[in-house]
Amino acid sequence: MRAMTSVRGQVHLWVAQRVTAMLLAVAVTVHLVTIILAVRGGLTAADILGRLRGHEGWLAFYAVFALAAGLHGAIGLRNIAAEMLGWRGRGFDLAWLGIGLLTAAFGIRAAWGLYAA
Amino acid sequence: MPQTSREEREGPRTLAVRVWRGREEGGFREYRVPAQANQTVLDVVTWIQRELDPTLAYRFACRVGMCGSCAMTVNGRARWTCRTHVSRVAGPEGRLELRPLANLPVIRDLAADMTPFFDKWAKARGRFQPKDAPDGAVPEEFHVVPPASRQRREADAGIECIGCGVCYASCDVVSWNPDYLGPAALNRAWTLVNDVRDGAQAERLAAVAGDAGCHSCHSTQSCTEHCPKQLDPSAAIAGLKRRLFWDTLLGRRA
Ligand code: SF4
Ligand code: SF4
Ligand code: FES
Repeated sequence: MRAMTSVRGQVHLWVAQRVTAMLLAVAVTVHLVTIILAVRGGLTAADILGRLRGHEGWLAFYAVFALAAGLHGAIGLRNIAAEMLGWRGRGFDLAWLGIGLLTAAFGIRAAWGLYAA
Repeated sequence: MPQTSREEREGPRTLAVRVWRGREEGGFREYRVPAQANQTVLDVVTWIQRELDPTLAYRFACRVGMCGSCAMTVNGRARWTCRTHVSRVAGPEGRLELRPLANLPVIRDLAADMTPFFDKWAKARGRFQPKDAPDGAVPEEFHVVPPASRQRREADAGIECIGCGVCYASCDVVSWNPDYLGPAALNRAWTLVNDVRDGAQAERLAAVAGDAGCHSCHSTQSCTEHCPKQLDPSAAIAGLKRRLFWDTLLGRRA
């Protein structure tokens, strides 16, 4: 039999997905409002840098946002793949977790780039 | 003045009934059955077996909607056949197509094998385990369970399940994931999670968690929509998820 993630692990993935969903609900709203406000006077690289460079608050916000998005998406794809393609088991779960963290890392790196620019 | 046909006034004189014959492999055979007023789908099956083909296999017991043994797929939808009137499902042409319940192995003809369904019921710890007497002895103290308490009402809402398997046959997740415990077993578990006299809470919650348990449910409510007893397994499963969410987040699980 294929090794499965423990039931406890499965529940943790589910809880992580719910918690990241709550974070995303807030983060996406903040993100959209920021976009709408920011583009009113036209969009320039200087504006963006002016807003984000050296601001720990924005860095933290985007780091959390990226982490939540990466994990939430990967866990969702894991569930779809398990149901539709039969991709079940520990190996797949670890791979999805890796993909989620990698996606998050790209986002965090971008946020860091703007913070430290 | 346009004449209404006799069919339109009284329904068809004969029913054209296609019945699944065989096991997983098999085919439909068509029978013509005299239509009658107040005829149930189970009456039709019984008539075919008595008058036309004694080899037809099907299952029933109580004929009054209590035992849960007569469920089949009627014109594509899982139903209890003893309480389903032909006039409600056969249309003006009097057509019926009968198959065994979906998502279960077929024993023969219209009889589905309920073994996986009841095995999962047991896996979900769907059995009451007295708190004070795990060995099954009569407890010394009787618990007082106030009828208006929240837990009692949660348990009451799901307690009338007759184990017919209609919800199980209507659930997509069961068809995608053969390990999924399914709506009836999880609904039963939720009634016991709310039973203050039960002593197997931690084990039961562990048994209904994860990918084979409540966390795979998509809350699509097909089970709730089809349950002939008007139960709401979908809400029961949401209750299990809520309970496990807070228990996990707050570290309340052993
Ligand atoms: S609500 Fe859940 S258990 Fe009910 S049919 Fe949908 S997926 Fe199945
Ligand atoms: S929950 Fe309803 S549909 Fe499901 S087995 Fe019980 S009575 Fe039948
Ligand atoms: S025969 Fe008992 S419920 Fe239909």
